[in-house]
Amino acid sequence: MQELTITSGRHMHHIDPHLTIWGWEIPVYLFLGGLVAGILFFSAVYFLRGKSDEMRTTVRVAPLFVPFLLATGLFALFLDLEYKIHLFRFYTVIRLQSPMSWGSWTLGIIFPLSTLWALMHAESVFPNWRYPYKWMEQAMNFVKKYAKILAWLLIYYAAILGIYTGILLSAFNARPIWNTAILGPLFLVSGFSTALAFNMILSKTKEERHKLGKIDLMAIGTELFLIIHMFMGFLASTEIHVEAAQLFLGGPYTAPFWIFVVGVGLLIPALIEVLDGMHKVKSTLVPAFLVLFGGLMLRFIIVDAGQFSSWIF
Amino acid sequence: MGKAFTRRDFIKISGLGLGALSLGAGFYNKSSVPQIKQIAQQAGASISGNTPTPTVCEICFWQCAGWVHTKNGEPWKITGNETDPNCNGRLCPRGTGGTGAYLDEDRLRTPLIRKVVDGKQTFVEADWDEAFTFIADKMHKIAKEHGPECIALFSHGSGGGFFKHVLRAFGSNNITAPSYAQCRGPREEAYLLTFGEGVGSPERTDLRDAKCIVLIGSHLGENMHNTQVQEFADAVGQGATVITVDPRYSTAASKSKYWLPIRPGTDIALLLSWIHVIIEEKLYDEEYVEKYTHGFEELKNEVKQYTPEWAYPITTIKPHVIRETAREMARHRPSTIIHPGRHVTWYGDDTQRSRAGAILNALLGSWGRRGGFYYANKASVPKYHYEKYPKPKKTWRDAFPDVYPLANLALANGICDATIPTAKRDCSFKGWLVYGTNLIHTLPEQKKTLEAIQNLDLLVAVDLMPSEITGYADVVLPECSYLERYDDLRELPGRVPTIALRAPAFEPKYNSKPGWWIARELAVKLGLEKYFPWKTIEEYLETRLNGVGLTLEEMRKKGVHEFEDRHPLYFEEGMEPQFDTPSGKIELWSNLLANYGFDPIPRYTAHEQPPEGYYRLIYGRAPTHTFARTTNNPILTELKSENEVWVNKNVARLHGLNNGQYVVLTNQDGERSTKIKVKVTERIRHDCVYMVHGFGHTDKRLRKGYLRGADDTKLISRVKVDPIMGGTGMRVNFVTFEPAV
Amino acid sequence: MARYGMVIDTKRCVGCADCVVACKTENNVPDGYCRDWIVEDVRGNYPELHMEIRSERCNHCENAPCVRCCPTGASYTDEDYGVVLVDHDLCTGCKACIASCPYDARYVHPEGYVDKCTFCMHRVREGLQPACVEVCPTKCMHFGDLDDPHSEVSKLIRSRPNHALIPEAGTKPKIYYLL
Repeated sequence: MQELTITSGRHMHHIDPHLTIWGWEIPVYLFLGGLVAGILFFSAVYFLRGKSDEMRTTVRVAPLFVPFLLATGLFALFLDLEYKIHLFRFYTVIRLQSPMSWGSWTLGIIFPLSTLWALMHAESVFPNWRYPYKWMEQAMNFVKKYAKILAWLLIYYAAILGIYTGILLSAFNARPIWNTAILGPLFLVSGFSTALAFNMILSKTKEERHKLGKIDLMAIGTELFLIIHMFMGFLASTEIHVEAAQLFLGGPYTAPFWIFVVGVGLLIPALIEVLDGMHKVKSTLVPAFLVLFGGLMLRFIIVDAGQFSSWIF
Repeated sequence: MGKAFTRRDFIKISGLGLGALSLGAGFYNKSSVPQIKQIAQQAGASISGNTPTPTVCEICFWQCAGWVHTKNGEPWKITGNETDPNCNGRLCPRGTGGTGAYLDEDRLRTPLIRKVVDGKQTFVEADWDEAFTFIADKMHKIAKEHGPECIALFSHGSGGGFFKHVLRAFGSNNITAPSYAQCRGPREEAYLLTFGEGVGSPERTDLRDAKCIVLIGSHLGENMHNTQVQEFADAVGQGATVITVDPRYSTAASKSKYWLPIRPGTDIALLLSWIHVIIEEKLYDEEYVEKYTHGFEELKNEVKQYTPEWAYPITTIKPHVIRETAREMARHRPSTIIHPGRHVTWYGDDTQRSRAGAILNALLGSWGRRGGFYYANKASVPKYHYEKYPKPKKTWRDAFPDVYPLANLALANGICDATIPTAKRDCSFKGWLVYGTNLIHTLPEQKKTLEAIQNLDLLVAVDLMPSEITGYADVVLPECSYLERYDDLRELPGRVPTIALRAPAFEPKYNSKPGWWIARELAVKLGLEKYFPWKTIEEYLETRLNGVGLTLEEMRKKGVHEFEDRHPLYFEEGMEPQFDTPSGKIELWSNLLANYGFDPIPRYTAHEQPPEGYYRLIYGRAPTHTFARTTNNPILTELKSENEVWVNKNVARLHGLNNGQYVVLTNQDGERSTKIKVKVTERIRHDCVYMVHGFGHTDKRLRKGYLRGADDTKLISRVKVDPIMGGTGMRVNFVTFEPAV
Repeated sequence: MARYGMVIDTKRCVGCADCVVACKTENNVPDGYCRDWIVEDVRGNYPELHMEIRSERCNHCENAPCVRCCPTGASYTDEDYGVVLVDHDLCTGCKACIASCPYDARYVHPEGYVDKCTFCMHRVREGLQPACVEVCPTKCMHFGDLDDPHSEVSKLIRSRPNHALIPEAGTKPKIYYLL
C-alpha cells in the first residue's frame, strides 16, 4: 500500500488536486477548429473536382460561415488567455517545437485565406454582392484567377488545422490520456465528420445530403476504429497509460464517454444513416445533429480527462 | 463597583465594539503607517537584505535570534541570526513565517472593556487610561476584601516578566504557566529527583554527538524545537541509531532503525524491562554506576521481575526486540540518550515514567557525558535592581495542603481549581491576569476552567490575538507582536552562554502596545511607580547591558552576544560531577520519594484501556504550528489550516470511514468535538487516534482558524493527576466517531 | 553553460515545510500558491512501514517540456545556470506549460503570467543559496553545478544512492533525492 500525501497544504487554484486550467473555452475552440478544417477541406476538394454546383452547399455556402466560426473559436481561445494583453506575443516568434505556436501561425494563415475563400463564394451565393471599393473588386479578381492554388493551400492548411487540434493535446507527455499519436487523426476525422454533418444541415438537395451522409458513415467508421486503437495503445503501454485508460474503462469518464461520444455521437447516427440508406427510416437531420453533439462532447471529455490524468496518481 | 452581571458571557462578536473598532482601525492605520515607513527608510532595501532589525522569535518558547528584513517599507522576511547557537542562522517554519503574526488582520486593535448594554454583555472600545483605571480599581478592591494574594497571573511568553514584576510588587506571588503542570513539569521533577538538576529549556541533550537516541512518544521533527531538530538531523545524518517508541509512525519513527509501536499507557513497563535487560546482561556502565549512583542494589532487586517476557503482553513489544534495543543502547553508551521528552503529562504517573528514563540514562552513564546530557552554560547578566517586594501572606499552596509535595512551581490548573469555592475552602482567587496564553485551550477539563472564570471578580487578558480567553475577559489589552517591541534580554542556557536582543522592526500597529509599557502603566495606575524607576525600555535594557560591558547600540547591531566565561560541558572535559540530591549522588532509589511515601523506584501500574468502539485520544504537534497560537497566522495557515484525526485503516473500515471525510469525535463523557477530517492511515495503532493540538477555534474573530478542525482540549474532559507534583495526565480520554452533519 | 541542480537528503529531511515558508516570504508568493511543497510517501503495511519525505519543486528539467511547448519563448532555460525560468513579459498565460509539466510545479500568478520556482536566481546571481536551501533546519538540501565534478552536489550523487522524480517521463529532472 502507498500513501502519498502533500503535507504542506498545496491547494493551488486550478492546479490541485488535479488540473482544471482549461474550462469550456478550449474544447469549444477545438471543436470549431475541427469543424472549420472539415468545411474548408471538403469545399476545396469538391471545388477542385469541379463539383461546385452539384455540391453547392459544401463548396460555396458552408465556407461563408467559416470566418464567423473561426472568430468564435479564436474568441474562446482569447478568453482562455490569462494575460490577454500579451496576445501579440504569439506572433513575435516562431517556435517550431511548440504545437501552440504552430497552431497560432496556422490560424494566422488560415483565417485570411478562408476569408478570401468565403468572399469568393459569396459572390455566387448572393447575386447582388458588390464591393464598396474598386480595389477590392480588383483584388478579388486576382484571387479568383488563382482560385485553384488557393484551394490547394486550403486543403493543406485544413489538414494541418484538423490534425493540430489533436496534436495540441497529444504533445503533452505529462497527461497520459492525451499522450497518444492517435489523437491527431482522431480529431481530424471527427472534425471532418462534424463538417459533413454541418453541411448536411445546410444542404438543400437530397442528393448532396445523401452523398455527405455516405462519406460521414466512412468518417464515423474510421473514428470508431481510431478510438478502439487508442485504447488498445494505452493498454499496451506503460503503467501510467494503463492507469489513465482506466478512467474510461470503469473510471469516472466511462459513462459520459461511451454513452455520449460513442453511443449518441457515433453509433446511433451511423445506425440511422444506414437505415436511411436502406430506406428503412425517414430521412431526417437527426443523425447530423447527433454527430455535432458527439464531436463537441468528445472534445469536452478528452480535455477534461486529460487534465485529470497525471503521472502522480 | 460591584458585579454588573452574574454570569460572564462569552462575547463572540463585540456588537458595539465592532463598529467602533472598525472606525478605530481606520484611524490607527492612518497614524501608524507613516511611522512604519520611517523605520524602514533607515534600512535601504537591497536584494540580499537591507539593514535588518535584530529580533528574538516569539512564535514558540525556543527563542531563536533572528533578523527582520523589510522591503519598500513592508515586512519582507525573517531570517536566523548566524551567530546564535540557539538557531545557527536557521529558523524553523514558524519563525520564518513570523511576519504573519504582525500582518494578521484579526489582531486585537484596541483595549476593550466588558459592559452591559441593553441587557447584553458586550465589549466597548476604551482608551488605555480607562482600561488601566478599571483594572486598578478592581485589583485594589480585591486586595482590600481578600488580600492581594488573591490575584493570580498566568503567563506564557517573554513579555510575562514585566507582569510578574507588577504582581509581585502588588503583593502576590501566585504566578503560573501551563507549561509546568500541563507539559514538562513531571520531567523536570523526575530529573531533579534523580540528578539534582532539571533538564531545562532548551533541553541539555547532546543530540549532536549522540550515537543512539531513544524517543518515547517524543516526535522530533513534528515538534520543531529548532536546534534540537537540527541536531537530531545531524545525528541521523551521521548514522546514529534511533529507537522510537510511539503508537504512531511519526516522522521520527521513519528515521528510526527500530520503531516500537507500543500499546499506549504501558511505557513504564518497557522502560523497566529495558533496565532489567541492561542490569541482567551487565550492559551498564559499571564504573559510572559505582562512582556516581545511589541505590543500585535496590534497583537491581526491584527490576528482576521485569523480564521482556513479562513486558511483552503488556506493551505488545516482542521480547527479542526489547533485548535487541537494550543492547543497541548499551553498545553506544555513554553517547546514548533516552530523551526526556517535553510534553510528558500523559497518564498521571508521569514523574515516575520520566524517572524510569532518567534511571536508564544513569545506568548508561550518559548524564554529563558527550553524546548524552551536557552541563549547560548560562550568561549571568545582573538583574535590574528594584525595591524589595512586599511579602505575600499566603500562596497557592495554602489551597492544597498536603498534596503535590514535590511541585516546585505553581500549578496552573491548581490555581484554576482554587478559584472555584468549595465548602471547605474560602475562595482563594478573585482576579486573574492572563498574559499570552489561551487558558481555554491549554488547560484540560475545559468545564472546570469555565466554572472558575464565573467565580472571578476580575479577568484581564493581555494578548495579541482574540481567542476564547479574551472572549471571557472583563478587560482585553492588545499587546503588539514581538516584531513591534523591545523585550527583556534573552538569557538561555546552552553549550555557550549568550544573550540576545529583541528590538522593534515596526511601530505597533493599531492601538496595540508593548508588554513592558502595559505592565509599567498598570503599575503606575496601581500606585507602584517606585517599582519602575526606569521610564523607557531602552533605559532598562541599557542599564542591564552596561552591567556586562555592553550597550544597546552594540546589541542592535549584532543581535546576539556570546560570553567567554564558561565551564566544561562534560565530566570527561573536567566538569565537576555534583548532584544536588539528598544522597549527593544520582538517585536510582529516591530518598525524597520514599520520604513522601511514593515509590522510590518506578513501578508499572496498568492504566485503563479504551472500551470497545472507543479509541485513546493522543495528540501532538505539527511543524508549522505552535499550539493554538499560530492557527490564525495568515502565512502558516496556508500550509496547514486544519488538523486531521489519524485513524488506523482497519478501524476506519470497521466504522465505515473514508479518507478525507469529516466526522465529529465524542468522548467517554459525551463531549463532542467540532468536525474534523479523517486521515485513514497505516501509520497508527488500532487502539488509538491522533490529532494535532491547537485547532478548532470557536472564536469567530479568528477568521482563519474559526471551526477549522477540532480542539483536543475539549475532548480532554478528564485528567489523571500526578500525585507527586500535580501534573495533569491528559491521555486518558477515549473517543469514538459520529458522522458530521 | 553550467547545469545547476539540487540534491535533497531524504534521510535528514523531517518535512517541516520551512522551505515552503521561506520561499513564500523570500519571493512574495501570492496567497494560495506555493513554489515548493512537502510530500510524505509512505509504503508498506502496519507495522512494516517506510516513509520518504520529500521537499518538491520545479525540477528544472534538462529536457523541459514546458520550454518546448511554450509558444512565445516566455519559458526558457537560462544560459548561464541551466535553470528553467519564465519571462513574465512574454507570457500570454496560455497555460500550455502547466499542462506539460508532469510535476504540476507551475501555476498562474494572479497577475496573469505563469510562475514557478526560479531556484532563487536573484539570490544565486549574488552568490547566495536559494532561500529554501539556506533556511533548512536539517541542512538536507544542497544546491550547485551538476557539471562540476568537484561540487558538493556532484559528490553526493556519486557517493550515495539516489533517485529523481518520474524519470520515465523523459524530462531529465535535475533534483536528486538521496535515499
